[in-house]
Amino acid sequence: MVFIIRRILQSLMVVLVMSLVVFVGVHVVGDPVHILISDEMTQEEIERFIRQLGLDRPLHEQYLHFLANAARGDLGSSFVHGEPALKLILERMPATLELAFAAFLLAVVVGIPLGMYAGLKPESPASRAIMAGSILGFSLPTFWVGLMLIMVFAVMLGWLPSTGRGEFMTWDGLRHLALPAINLALFKMALVTRLARAGTREVALQDYVKFARAKGLSPTRVVLVHVLKNILVPVVTVLGLELGGLIAFSVVTETVFAWPGMGKLLIDSIQRLDRPVIVAYLVITVLMFVVINLVVDLMYAALDPRVRLREMKA
Amino acid sequence: MSARVEALPVLQKPETPFRRLASEFFASRVATGAFAALMTIVVMAIFAPLLAPQNPYDLAAVTVLDARLAPGERGSAGFLMWLGADGAGRDMWSAILYGLRISLGVGVASGIIALAIGTALGLAAAYKGGWLDALIMRIVDLQLSFPAILVALILVAILGRGADKVLIALVLVQWAYYARTVRGSALVERRKEYVEAAQCLALPSSRIVFRHLLPNCLAPMIVVGTLQTAHAISLEATLSFLGVGLPLTEPSLGLLIANGFEYMLSGRYWISFYPGLALLATIMSINLVGDRLRDVLNPRLER
Amino acid sequence: MNDKTLVVEDLKTHFFMRSGVVRAVDGVSFEVKPGEVLGLVGESGCGKTVTGFSILGLVDPPGRVVGGRIVLEGVDLRKLPESELRKVRGKSVAMVFQDPMMTLNPVLRIDTQMVEAVRAHQDVVNGKAFRLAKEALQRVGIASPEERLRSYPHQFSGGMRQRVAIAIAMLNRPRLIIADEPTTALDVTIQAQILYEAQKLCRESGTALIWITHDLSVVAGLADRICVMYAGRIVESGAVDEVLDAPLHPYTQGLIGSVPSRNRRGAPLAQIPGMMPAPTDLPPGCAFRARCPRAADACTRQPELSEYKSRLVRCFHPL
Repeated sequence: MVFIIRRILQSLMVVLVMSLVVFVGVHVVGDPVHILISDEMTQEEIERFIRQLGLDRPLHEQYLHFLANAARGDLGSSFVHGEPALKLILERMPATLELAFAAFLLAVVVGIPLGMYAGLKPESPASRAIMAGSILGFSLPTFWVGLMLIMVFAVMLGWLPSTGRGEFMTWDGLRHLALPAINLALFKMALVTRLARAGTREVALQDYVKFARAKGLSPTRVVLVHVLKNILVPVVTVLGLELGGLIAFSVVTETVFAWPGMGKLLIDSIQRLDRPVIVAYLVITVLMFVVINLVVDLMYAALDPRVRLREMKA
Repeated sequence: MSARVEALPVLQKPETPFRRLASEFFASRVATGAFAALMTIVVMAIFAPLLAPQNPYDLAAVTVLDARLAPGERGSAGFLMWLGADGAGRDMWSAILYGLRISLGVGVASGIIALAIGTALGLAAAYKGGWLDALIMRIVDLQLSFPAILVALILVAILGRGADKVLIALVLVQWAYYARTVRGSALVERRKEYVEAAQCLALPSSRIVFRHLLPNCLAPMIVVGTLQTAHAISLEATLSFLGVGLPLTEPSLGLLIANGFEYMLSGRYWISFYPGLALLATIMSINLVGDRLRDVLNPRLER
Repeated sequence: MNDKTLVVEDLKTHFFMRSGVVRAVDGVSFEVKPGEVLGLVGESGCGKTVTGFSILGLVDPPGRVVGGRIVLEGVDLRKLPESELRKVRGKSVAMVFQDPMMTLNPVLRIDTQMVEAVRAHQDVVNGKAFRLAKEALQRVGIASPEERLRSYPHQFSGGMRQRVAIAIAMLNRPRLIIADEPTTALDVTIQAQILYEAQKLCRESGTALIWITHDLSVVAGLADRICVMYAGRIVESGAVDEVLDAPLHPYTQGLIGSVPSRNRRGAPLAQIPGMMPAPTDLPPGCAFRARCPRAADACTRQPELSEYKSRLVRCFHPL
């Protein structure tokens, strides 16, 4: 219990620090006036806006004001859409999460078995092919693969739609989800495969695996219970952090496939200089990251009993 | 008594570590192939003006009459456009060569600068220890817990557009990896007793750092360097593709691919496909070389 | 041959490395009767552990059993297909490893690891398997077994972990237990307890026991018969009292002489000079030649095992 509370407190600290960074980035590095004010206002309007936003107040006041507003959910309004930036982001979040989770699932479901196979039989030709494939997987630029996927599956073969998102959890929705999810998953799949292979090679040499075989257990059980549970610990840690990466990287896939998620909104906003939306995106993403890190830590403790004990003693 | 000077036995030239590493590296056919490919690409990029039949950014040489020619057709200037032409009539082969220059140039430049900064900070953290170490490592951990693309996007959003800004963003994304790696290796060496002894002898810190700590870090630095450079090239291409990277006047491969996006649905694949292949070849060969270097430089017990 | 639990004949296990062939076990033969304790003694690297693994078919590549017969109660284990061999492992033959820390899977509970050992060979429900596990723990002297079953390995001390390992070995009432240096990592007092309990269990259930160790003092109190191994071969074997009181092979004598308690106080400890040759570097002829005070020209040929007063010895100049 204490462990959980301690971790939550740590996470809050990180959120606070990141908010400071974002604040500093927006208000100090860039010209805050420029960043938060639309370029089309007249001088008079600008001055009024400055006073309204409190940009002529001392910096620490501004920061507290920013925090207060943020806690209330007010992160400014979009220039382009005229609506509160936070609302825009939250509207798009489900689409991004759907994509990210689908890609995550794909990466895990395909990557772990492939990696385990390569780890158990490292010299076999299939293993070598898997490892070669994994290097290809993380060398391929995601956006280019996306284009090629559209090229092959949508244009030439016409099997799957090339853009847009369908209804959640319908057949049409899944058809639209397929290509973007595969695209996003590819890079992570390669990483997961390599991780799983390294972990399996190490675990397979351990005494307890030999002992399990000496007990006469079936190889299936040895692999699925004894080996798998042990490699899950390091793999899960990395995977959890990678989920955050997936959410961030969905920016690329969303652009290629015109998937209506947060990432596409971000790119559009950067191009159109819609700064409040950019700030809102950063705040939300940072929050998500911190939460994910927290969950990963807790899961790590749940999976490896030794960690639980150590934390209890500490 | 006169001493006789006997002829000294001829010493065999000892095998330098470099030679040994090189022979181990090239023992893998895949790595050798990748290395050769990489060298070819680099040479092609450097000598692009000589190898390209056309300077694609010389407005006089390009005519829109050639637009969207398929691979293998001849352009108005008479030469064979063996990879086709893009929407403005530029020869793809030439565009790719020039694009390679930019992509490689930016990627490598950012890598080198990030290496310098990261190494300096990592060494400082390892050597000084204490609060400096804690501070630097906190920042590194914080930055590394966020994905590179996010950091890059934040930086681009804050700093704005432009080649120099992109370079700064790439450097800021990468330095943390170098810092962490270098600090790790430097710490291992730092803890050895002879460093303490050297300090007692009041040897200047710079000497200790450069002659003793730094060489120990070279191996991991090289490995991280190659893999990070590949990553930087990929990141720059991604940013350019998204439209927030290098400006139009200095088109990297990413931008070429982005330009070809609109022609995908009409079946003119070559405008995006070939630049992508070039990008893939570059990144993959660097990754393969880096992978092999990692195996060779970090001897593992289970081989 | 049915009166012997295990007969090993001319066992050869070789490792095929890039640098050459390592003849880890090179023609080892011995037998064990029901209820008998056989001590397999030798220095590190002499091949005793590999012998144990070879019996169960657990030698991993690049190693392989290349020759010999391993007959367990009349059945040649080498001729069995893997699926049949798996039925033997953990049921007819059980093994206890050296390091209790690493033998038990750290992320699985004790009851999981014991129940799976039972259910791999007996078709019983979980509840029954759990009860069997509990009884087994009681038999090795672990108090409050219910609580222990729900714990994880790292919550136990070394001695207790090893008792659990022995309990697991005994679960399916094996005919033969192979114990590979099971007490080396433990305190001397715990060691004594475990030795006592092991002996008791064997006498009561008629299980044969092969105790692999480098520690002569352990073997002296426990074993009925002893085989001394050197560089992949057995150099002497016989009843434990006879061998230890009147060794025939110079190596055995050296081993006995180097036990610290046998040396005089204040005098320098007796040693066997030199080191066991590396397995890739075995000299022609008797492997002990370089270190033997009695070596002569004849020793450049490989001596065979010869019988000598109901014992076996591999030497041209036995003591």
